[in-house]
Amino acid sequence: MPALSIAPYTTEEFEDFLSRRDEPTWLVERRRRAFEQFLQLDWPSRSHEEWIRTDIRMFHPERYSLPGATPPQPATGVPSGQMKLEAVAGRIVSVDSSAVSATLDSSLREQGVRFQSLSAGLDEAPDWLVEQLMTRAFDSSYDRFAALHAACWSGGALLHVPAGVRVELPFHLLSAITDGNVDFGHLFVRLEADAEATLVCETESLGGADGFHCGGVELLVGPRARLRFVTYQNWSRRTWHFAHQKACVDADGELEWTVGALGSRLAKVNQTVELEGRGARCRVNGTMFTEGRQHLAYHTLQHHRQSHGTSDFLYKTALQDESRTVWRGMIRVEPEAQRTDGYQRCDNLMLSRLARADSIPGLEIEADDVRCTHGSTTGTVDDEMLFYAMSRGFTRREAARMIVTGFFQHVFDRVSVPSVRDALARAIATRVRECD
Amino acid sequence: MTDTLTIRDLHVSVENKPILHGVNLEIRRGETHALMGPNGSGKSTLGLAIMGHPKYVVTSGQILLNDEDIVDWTPDQRARHGIFYAFQRPIAIPGVKMADFLRHATTNVRNPERREGEELVPMREFRKELKEKMGQLHMDLEFARRYVNDGFSGGEMKRAEILQLAMLQPKFAILDETDSGLDADAVRLASESIAKIGRDSMGLLIITHHDKLLEHNPPQFTHVMLGGRLVETGGPELAIELHRDGYERIRQKYPEADADNRAMEQVEAGI
Repeated sequence: MPALSIAPYTTEEFEDFLSRRDEPTWLVERRRRAFEQFLQLDWPSRSHEEWIRTDIRMFHPERYSLPGATPPQPATGVPSGQMKLEAVAGRIVSVDSSAVSATLDSSLREQGVRFQSLSAGLDEAPDWLVEQLMTRAFDSSYDRFAALHAACWSGGALLHVPAGVRVELPFHLLSAITDGNVDFGHLFVRLEADAEATLVCETESLGGADGFHCGGVELLVGPRARLRFVTYQNWSRRTWHFAHQKACVDADGELEWTVGALGSRLAKVNQTVELEGRGARCRVNGTMFTEGRQHLAYHTLQHHRQSHGTSDFLYKTALQDESRTVWRGMIRVEPEAQRTDGYQRCDNLMLSRLARADSIPGLEIEADDVRCTHGSTTGTVDDEMLFYAMSRGFTRREAARMIVTGFFQHVFDRVSVPSVRDALARAIATRVRECD
Repeated sequence: MTDTLTIRDLHVSVENKPILHGVNLEIRRGETHALMGPNGSGKSTLGLAIMGHPKYVVTSGQILLNDEDIVDWTPDQRARHGIFYAFQRPIAIPGVKMADFLRHATTNVRNPERREGEELVPMREFRKELKEKMGQLHMDLEFARRYVNDGFSGGEMKRAEILQLAMLQPKFAILDETDSGLDADAVRLASESIAKIGRDSMGLLIITHHDKLLEHNPPQFTHVMLGGRLVETGGPELAIELHRDGYERIRQKYPEADADNRAMEQVEAGI
C-alpha cells in the first residue's frame, strides 16, 4: 500500500511555480529533470530501510502549496531567533522560503565575499555555481523529498568566501515558516582554499505555525579552508522537517558542524560528510532534545574517500514525555582512505519511561590501516544523583535540569561559538520539566 | 532556644526490609556525638533517613527539628532548614562544575524561601568566599572547575564533602565516615577544618570506625548501634573503649540486637 494516496504537486502546479520565477534556462532544465524524478518516485514508506522506524502516514503534503503559491501570512510577527549574536558579518532573514532582508559587511563585499539569497545570486551566476549547484553535494534521486527539493527549492542562501579570506564574525541565516506554509530553502556554501568562516543557521515557526520544511544543504570546504557551521532547528512542534545535508571537505580542510535539533513534529535528516581530500577533518557536535510526541530521525554518514582523514561525530540526546529519536550512524571507509581515524557515538538520556531512542551505529571499512570506533549508550537520570543534589538544597526539578545540562556539557564544550553554546544550554535547561 | 534535632522511636525500612528498630537520639547545636557500631548496624541508614533518602522509608517514629516533624519533608527542604549529610560514597555528577553546583546549593540553603529561577548569590562574593574556604582546606582552586566528584580520588571526594559543609554552614551535620579514604594528615586537616567551620555552632553526628576524627573532635556523647538500635550511650571514654577493644562486649551483652546485626552483615556481604 502506498504511504500516501493523494498526489500533491502536479505538473500543473510545478509549471505555475516555474512561471512565477524568472530563472536562467540551465536552472529551469535542472528543475524539470528533478521534477521528473519526483514524479517517478514514491513517498518513502516503512518498507524502506531508512524509514522502518519513521512513520510519515500522518504527513499530508497536499495541505501545503509549493513555495510562493500563497503569500506569507501577515501580522504573525517577525523572526527573532534564539542566537544572541552581538555582531555579524552578514544576516539573511527568510520567511516562507523567500528572503525578507539581507545584509553583508561592505568590507567583506569588497573582498569578494558573497552572502545573499541563493535565488538572488543566480542572475549573474559564476561558472562554478552553475557547475556545482546540486551536482556535488546533493543527490536529487536519493528519495522523493530530495527530488522535490531539487525541483522546487526557493530562497535559502549562498555563501562564498574567496581563497585566503578569513572572516572572523559569524554569518547568520534565520529562516521562518508562517502558518500553513513551507520552507524549501537551499543553502550553498563554498569556501575556497585557505578561507575561513562561521555560519549559524537557525529555523523557527512564527506563532507555532503548522508547516512543511523540505530543505537541502551543500557545504564545499576547500583545501585548508575552515568552516564552522551550525544548524539550530527550532521548528514548531507542528512542522514536518525533511532535509538532506551534505558537506565535502577537501585536503586538509576542516569542518566543525554543530547540530541543535530541538523542534519539529517529525524530522528526518540525512547528514553526510564526504572527506574527499587527504587529511580532511570533520567534527560534529550533535544535540537533540525531544518532548511531547516529537519524532526526530537523524541518519549520519561519515564517508572517508582519501587517506589521513579524521571524523568525530558525537551526538547527545535527551528524551522527555512520549518522544522518540532514531539515530543511525555510519562510517564508510573507501580502500584508498588508509590512516583514517573515524569516531562516532550517540548517548541517550531517557527522562520518561514512555520515550524511546533507537541508536544504530555502523561501520563499513574497506581499508586495512584505519582506526574506527563507534558506540552508543542509553541511560536515565540517576536517582542517587538526584538525591545527592537535593540533599544540597536543589529542588527535584532544579536537580534534574542540572543533571541533564551536565549530560550535554561534554558536547557543549566542543562547540567553539559561544553564543551557540549558550543558546543550546538555555534551550535545553528550559525544556527539562521532570524526570521519572 | 538552642536548636535541637530529635530522633524519636524511629523505625526505617529499605525495600520493605526493616533496618532500624526504634532509634532515640537528641542532638543540640554545639554538641558533638559519635555514632559507632559494627558493619551493618544501621549507622548510614540513620544518616540517610535523617536526610530523607526516598529509599529509606520511615515506617514509624519521628524526626523532629525543634518541634517540627520533618519526616514528610523532601531532602531539599531539610537541607534548606540546616541539615547536612556528608556522604560515605559521594555521587559524581558529570558535566556540572563544582563551583556552579556549590553556588546554586549555597543560594538555596541560605535563602530557604527562594523560588526556582530567582537570582543566585552574586558571583563576586561567592568566588571570594569559595576561594577563602578552599584555602583553609588546602585545596587547589582548579578543584572548583572540575565536575562534581567526577574522577575524584577517595580523598578528594571526602575533602569536597567538607568544602560543601564549610560553604553550607548547616545547623546539624552528619558525617558518614568522612575520615575513611583520608591519610593521617588529611584527617587532621579535615578535623581542624570542621573545628574551624564552627563545631560549636553545629550539632555534629560523626559516624566513624577510626579514632582520629574523634581525637580532634572529642565527642560529648558516644552512641553504639547494633542490629538497628542504639544499645548504649556514654561519654568520650566509650568511643576510646570501642576503638581499643572492638564490639565483643557489646555483642555479648545484647544478644538479640547482635543476631539482627549478623543477619544484616550477611545481607551486606551478599550471602
